[in-house]
Amino acid sequence: MSITEERTNNVIGQRMLRREDPALLTGEAKFVNDLAIPGALHLAVLRSPYAHARIKSIDVSDAASMPGVVAVYTGKDLQSTWAAPMPCAWPVTPDMKNPAHYPLAVDKACYVGDGVAAVLATSESASRDAIDAIDVVYEPLPAVIDLEDALSDRVVIHDAIGTNTSYTWNLKVEAAEGAVDQAFKNAAFTVSERYVQQRLIPMAMEPRAVAAVPQPFGGDVTLYSATQVPHILKVMTAITLGIPEHQMRVVAPSVGGGFGSKLDVYAEELLCVALARKHGAPVRWVEERSENTQATIHGRGQIQNIELAADKDGRLTAVRVRLIGDMGAYLQLVTPGVPLLGAFLYAGVYDLPQAYDFSCTSVFTTMTPTDAYRGAGRPEATYAIEVAMDALARAMGIDPYELRKRNYIKKEQFYDASGNPTGYTAFHGLNYDSGDHLAAAEKAMQHADYVALRKAQATQNVPGARKRLGVGMTSYFEMCGLAPSRVLASLNYGAGGWESATVRVLPTSKVQVVTGTSPHGQGHETSWAMIAAEKLGVAPEDVDVLHSDTAIAPLGLDTYGSRSLAVGGVAIAGACDKVIDKARLIAAHQLECAAEDLQFEKGTFSVKGSPDKAVPIAAIAFAAFTAHNLPDGVEPNLEAQYTHDPKNFSWPFGTHVCVVEVDTETGKVDVLKYVAVDDCGNQINPLIVEGQVHGGVVQGMAQALYEEAVYDGDGNLKTSNLAEYLVPAACDVPPITTDFTVTPSTTNQLGVKGIGEAGTIGAASAVMNAVIDALSGLGITTLDMPASPNNVWKAIQAAQGGTK
Amino acid sequence: MIPAAFDYKRAGSAEEAISLIGQYGDEAKFLAGGHSLIPLMKLRLAQPTVLVDIGRVKDLSYVRDAGDHVAIGALTRHMDVEKSPVLAQHAPLLAHAASHVGDAQVRHRGTIGGSIAHADPASDLPATTLALGATYVVQGPKGKRDIAARDFYKGFLESALAADEMLVEIKVPKMNGAGWSFQKFNRRAQDWAIVGVAAWRNNGTSGVALVNMGSTPVLASAVSSALSSGASIADAASHAADDAEPQGDLNASVEYRTHLAKVLVRRALEEASK
Repeated sequence: MSITEERTNNVIGQRMLRREDPALLTGEAKFVNDLAIPGALHLAVLRSPYAHARIKSIDVSDAASMPGVVAVYTGKDLQSTWAAPMPCAWPVTPDMKNPAHYPLAVDKACYVGDGVAAVLATSESASRDAIDAIDVVYEPLPAVIDLEDALSDRVVIHDAIGTNTSYTWNLKVEAAEGAVDQAFKNAAFTVSERYVQQRLIPMAMEPRAVAAVPQPFGGDVTLYSATQVPHILKVMTAITLGIPEHQMRVVAPSVGGGFGSKLDVYAEELLCVALARKHGAPVRWVEERSENTQATIHGRGQIQNIELAADKDGRLTAVRVRLIGDMGAYLQLVTPGVPLLGAFLYAGVYDLPQAYDFSCTSVFTTMTPTDAYRGAGRPEATYAIEVAMDALARAMGIDPYELRKRNYIKKEQFYDASGNPTGYTAFHGLNYDSGDHLAAAEKAMQHADYVALRKAQATQNVPGARKRLGVGMTSYFEMCGLAPSRVLASLNYGAGGWESATVRVLPTSKVQVVTGTSPHGQGHETSWAMIAAEKLGVAPEDVDVLHSDTAIAPLGLDTYGSRSLAVGGVAIAGACDKVIDKARLIAAHQLECAAEDLQFEKGTFSVKGSPDKAVPIAAIAFAAFTAHNLPDGVEPNLEAQYTHDPKNFSWPFGTHVCVVEVDTETGKVDVLKYVAVDDCGNQINPLIVEGQVHGGVVQGMAQALYEEAVYDGDGNLKTSNLAEYLVPAACDVPPITTDFTVTPSTTNQLGVKGIGEAGTIGAASAVMNAVIDALSGLGITTLDMPASPNNVWKAIQAAQGGTK
Repeated sequence: MIPAAFDYKRAGSAEEAISLIGQYGDEAKFLAGGHSLIPLMKLRLAQPTVLVDIGRVKDLSYVRDAGDHVAIGALTRHMDVEKSPVLAQHAPLLAHAASHVGDAQVRHRGTIGGSIAHADPASDLPATTLALGATYVVQGPKGKRDIAARDFYKGFLESALAADEMLVEIKVPKMNGAGWSFQKFNRRAQDWAIVGVAAWRNNGTSGVALVNMGSTPVLASAVSSALSSGASIADAASHAADDAEPQGDLNASVEYRTHLAKVLVRRALEEASK
């Protein structure tokens, strides 16, 4: 039964204010660094100032004798502490090269920020002062910051593996051998484009913070961490430190954003736990902002070469992609898998025949490791296909929207001949659950007033115009709801993709939902309560949501990849169904009827056809608790656990349109209008959905216009604070029009798809297409991100032969 | 984000502050609004061993009509400069420029004297007061002296202030209805200018100064000379960078910065001439 048929409580779909916000907005929410932990020692990490250097010697004697300093450790000192190197859970190929990576470097530092020594002191300031007193002698080695240079192995970073190439991963799908080559040979039009996905710094509002608290006897440890993944962290900490898993408890208190950067297992988490056990005292660490720019993973970092082949009408006949992925100095938790998450999406929302050739080679560089960052692989893929589609439209001399319309997968292709929803099985074999790209695009175009814009553009963009108008669009498909465990197995991922939920109706009929998702800003407590309230027919305020503590919610796979609703939310609905099934047996017993004669509506069971014969779930909860009169074989208490393993990814989609004005004198880009029409299936709380779109769009826009982690030739990060790394602020953000189409997912009972990453996935390419569109009349057809004033001005100068 | 250890002294008056700074010598720094110094200390780029806090010296916060000029106490917050009715009437360019400093939080804490004494070429108010021909009043152990803004800036974060002197007042000549413009070009609203221009024009006289076009705020004298000898705005603006020695950074190459200065000076003069 689908939720729409069963919808009886009218909670789902309400614009409810987030219950999380009062504590957050008044500063009462407790983050890791707010926890009072008596007797805690403070950890500080000395980081390499060199991108690549041999560690010749470390003298800690001065530091060790400073007031308040308890101990100083080097990588060598702790070598025997680690039962295993730091984890990478995604060996994407059997021969992937993964150099051993320890919390502190031993012989060599491989990026600026690589930890080389650790201080424990009785105060944070004493620990910070002491790291300045550690004397390290380095032998500097050449930095490797260019991906093509890394590929050449001119300088090999990890001696033990003898090459900078970690792996090459291919996805070639051809209807018949040679289909791709043939398509390019026969194409009426081809384009060949090269794009650079610059490195981005995720820059969560709360930097990372860790506190490890050992129990006095028996070896149990509680690890508090600003993490997205308490469950994964628990397993990995146990393995890496050789601690029996049942002795590890991980708690993520209020967490101030992550965007993927807290989907990881970090050196400082392992150091805090190891040293807390060693010293028998709590150990805590909080990351400084500049430290965060170097010691927490970066995102993106790809060179993309994409070629499209099209027939005379512009219909795509083949796509060929060659990527170089920047892994940074080491592989973190899912580093190598990020390009794979995009590998299926380089044909975007288009009806491509089986002629697809994708290959990614990933390399080590002497920079901060990369890993998943909001969208992880999918924004990169969407950018490549969508900017290339505009290039194809220019090559053909047709309107970019017209080109897209000729290529969209059509609504009817998601149904069989008799109109049954079957999904659309794409060239690579994955099934897209549902979609109507044209409807979303039409809606976006209406909001943008596309026809009028093109007219205005023709009037405005005359030769010599100081300000030029540009319109850009992107239609995207997002692979969300990570993930069907069997698909993950085929991609060599080290875990499953299920999610767990427990729903418990207490004796007084209040409800506890226990979830394995781990919110860090998404508003899960609000949305999950709404799901349970809808299903059980209770008020949302009567539902409490428990999460992010492995002692309270022992089963879970956490929050990332727009999975929480499409997997975790569906698990809650499933657990509610089990609760209702059990309650139905008790109700039938009380009402002396057959269970199948009962209907459940607005929290009450009643006998079909005799509505006066009814019992509310509240009464059943109490009866289940007292257990005075339960049917035979029914256990006391009203509680159920359910684990949902999705049978498919969910596939949100949409069209974004961006309108810009470019000042040709200064190169400055002003975004005049941004329209986002997204389709995430059914919406639990539209207010939260809109918030996610806003944040995502700004983050994608930031990649297009503002953000870039810049390294100099020696491998120094030049953008290591918020004055130099340009995260846009509220006053820099243009008005964003959000609207939606609703095409429910057919593969889960809530009909939901996920919205956490959609904005980011659509925005960067929509903005860049608009900027290039504004400038194409000046002969500019390609532009690197970010489209900073300096970069745009340089491009205009170059296009005009350096004269002006 | 943890500065190195330092001693903290609070001064109740300008005299006490000057005496304290004399006592501790080179290792001491005045702390006013703290919005330039504290970030440098947190990054450990500045490690003064003593801070002399002058934030409670109340009689240095004022904006007064002083006849031919407006007198501004050095500890006047940016927000009070921005909102001052006296400045709105007699030196609107300065009040407007103050509204572009940082964000609202910075403007409520930072002071005009702190910004000028810090002598950051990328700050808005040093260049603006330079364009306006301001005079800075500084006080030392032997009393007060005046330093013209054009003689004040000596190098990157270096000024004519002696180690035991404190900036106490900024005298800004009244603009007498001159046309003016403040052009601040940046990527985010809260940032320092990539290039900024403060300009005014009145009956054949003019003042133009540039933000972030060298190691000090730059008086674009060549522009004013060209204007007074009858050059068109476009021609005068082509001299915008004649007196500047801009540096390249992540936001702008030397070439781009030079180009921007010309564009922005032209726009500023066009606006000031309306």
